[in-house]
Amino acid sequence: MNLLNLLDKMCPETSSPEEKDMFFSRREAFRQFGDMGKKVAMAAVPLGLLSALPKVAKADTASLIGVLNFALTLEHLEYRYYQMGIESGVIAGADAAIFNKIRDHELAHVNFLSEVISSVLKGTPVSEPAFDFTAGGNFSPFTDYPTFLALSQAFEDTGVRAYKGQAGNVMENDVVLTAALSIHSVEARHASMVRRLRTKKGQDTVKGWITNGSIGTLPAATQAIYTGEENVTHGGVNVVNLTGIDAGAVSEGWDEPLNKDQVLGIASLFLA
Amino acid sequence: MKNELIKPQGLVKNANRRQFLRTGTLSVAAAGLLLVGCNDDEDMMPPMDGGVMLGSGDIGILNYAYALEQLEAAFYATVIKGGYFANASAEEKQVLGDVEKHERAHKEFFKAALGSAAIADLEVDFSSINFGDRMSVLTAAKTFEDLGVAAYNGAGQFIEDVNYLVIAGKIVSVEARHAAAIRDLINPGSADFAGDDLIDANGLERTLNFSQVLTAASTYVTTPIDFSQLPTA
Repeated sequence: MNLLNLLDKMCPETSSPEEKDMFFSRREAFRQFGDMGKKVAMAAVPLGLLSALPKVAKADTASLIGVLNFALTLEHLEYRYYQMGIESGVIAGADAAIFNKIRDHELAHVNFLSEVISSVLKGTPVSEPAFDFTAGGNFSPFTDYPTFLALSQAFEDTGVRAYKGQAGNVMENDVVLTAALSIHSVEARHASMVRRLRTKKGQDTVKGWITNGSIGTLPAATQAIYTGEENVTHGGVNVVNLTGIDAGAVSEGWDEPLNKDQVLGIASLFLA
Repeated sequence: MKNELIKPQGLVKNANRRQFLRTGTLSVAAAGLLLVGCNDDEDMMPPMDGGVMLGSGDIGILNYAYALEQLEAAFYATVIKGGYFANASAEEKQVLGDVEKHERAHKEFFKAALGSAAIADLEVDFSSINFGDRMSVLTAAKTFEDLGVAAYNGAGQFIEDVNYLVIAGKIVSVEARHAAAIRDLINPGSADFAGDDLIDANGLERTLNFSQVLTAASTYVTTPIDFSQLPTA
C-alpha cells in the first residue's frame, strides 16, 4: 500500500492550525519522496511521522483499536512462531528464503499495527502473549519439520480468514480497511506457498487453494480452520449450478471468513 | 512488470472525456446528468462507440471486477488450449487448470450477480503473449494475478455494501494464492511468491487505483472501458 494514499486519507481532525500545518508539510515531504521513486525508503520511514496525525476521520476509534489489537495478537503469534522456527534450526536450508521472508512480513505487520494503534488511533497495542506452540505437548514444531510446516499452514490459512472476517468491521475507515486488505493478501500468498511446499515434499496433497474445506493431513485439531470453506454459494448464487464447474474447484475459488470468536478459539490452542 | 503499467490504448479516450468533464465548469449534478446520458451521446462522442460504461457506486465496482475477471478468464481459456499447456509438467497443468476454472467461475458469478447491469463481453487481444512458450504464459499469468490482487485491494475502500466487500474479500485472497503459486513456478523456492516488488517495508501489498489497473489491462483489452462514474471517495 502506498503511504501517500494513506496520508491523503487521514484528515487532521484538530482545531490547532499548528498541527494542520505540520500535517500538510509532512504530507508534502512524502510526495517528494514519492517523486524520487523511493518507494521502499518511503515506506520504511513514515510511521514515526504519523504521530503528527491526531485522528483518523469518521470511524469509531475504540472499535478500530479493538479490531487492530485482535489482528496484532495473531501477528504476534505468527511472528514468534517463525522467529522460533528460524532460531531452532528446524527449517530446511533450501527453504530458508521462504521462511525468512514470511518472518519479515509478520514482524513488519506487528510493527505496523502497533504503530497505527498507538500513534494514529492513540490506543494501546496489546503486548505479546505467551505462546505454547506445542499446544500442551501435542506438537513438536521446532524439532520436527513436517510439523513446523503443518502448523505454519494452519496459522496462515487462519490469518486469511481472520482478516477477511474483520473487513466489514473496519469498512467505515478507508485507511484501516485498505491496510487490512493489504495485509490479508500477503497472508494469502504465504498460505499458498506453504501449502504447495508441503505437497511438494510429499507431506500432503493440498494445493495452494483450499478444496472443499479439507484439512488434508493436518491434525484433526485444525478442522475449525477449514470448516465452511466448502461453501459454493455467494451472494445467493450457487456457482456450481450456475457454471457446471465441479464443487471442489468452485470451493477453491472463494475463501471464507471467520469471526473473531472462531479465530480466538483456534488461537487459544497455542496460548500458554 | 512496471513497463506493462503504462500502455494506454482504449483508455486514452476515457481520459479525454474525463478531462472534458473536469475542465468544464459543470456542477457535480450536471456532470452526473451528462454521464447518465452517455449512451445517448455516442454520436457526439465517437470514441465511446463499442465501449462499455462500468457505471457508478457498487454496481460500477462489481462491473470493474467483472471486467478483470473477464480478462483473466479469457486468458486462461486460451492458455489451456495452447502449446505450452499441452506439454506442461503435471504440477503446472494442475495449477493453470485449476486457475482457469476459478477465473471462469468468478467471471460467471459476476455476470449473474450483476444481471442486467452487467457490462457486455470485452474484446481481448493477447497477440503479445506466446501461448506456446512457458515463460511468456507464466509471466502474463503473474501480471494478471498480481494486477487482480492490487485492483481488489485498491477498490475495497469504495465499496458501500458490506456483503459486496466480503465477496470481494473472498475472491482477492484466492487471486493472491494464484499469484504466489505462479510466481513460485517461475522462480521456485525463492521469496518471489510475496516479493519486495509488491510488498513494502510495512508488510503491506501494493494497491492500484481504477485508472492504473485499467491502463494496465488496456494492453490486453481492446474494448474501451469508461470508468468515469466509479466512486472517487
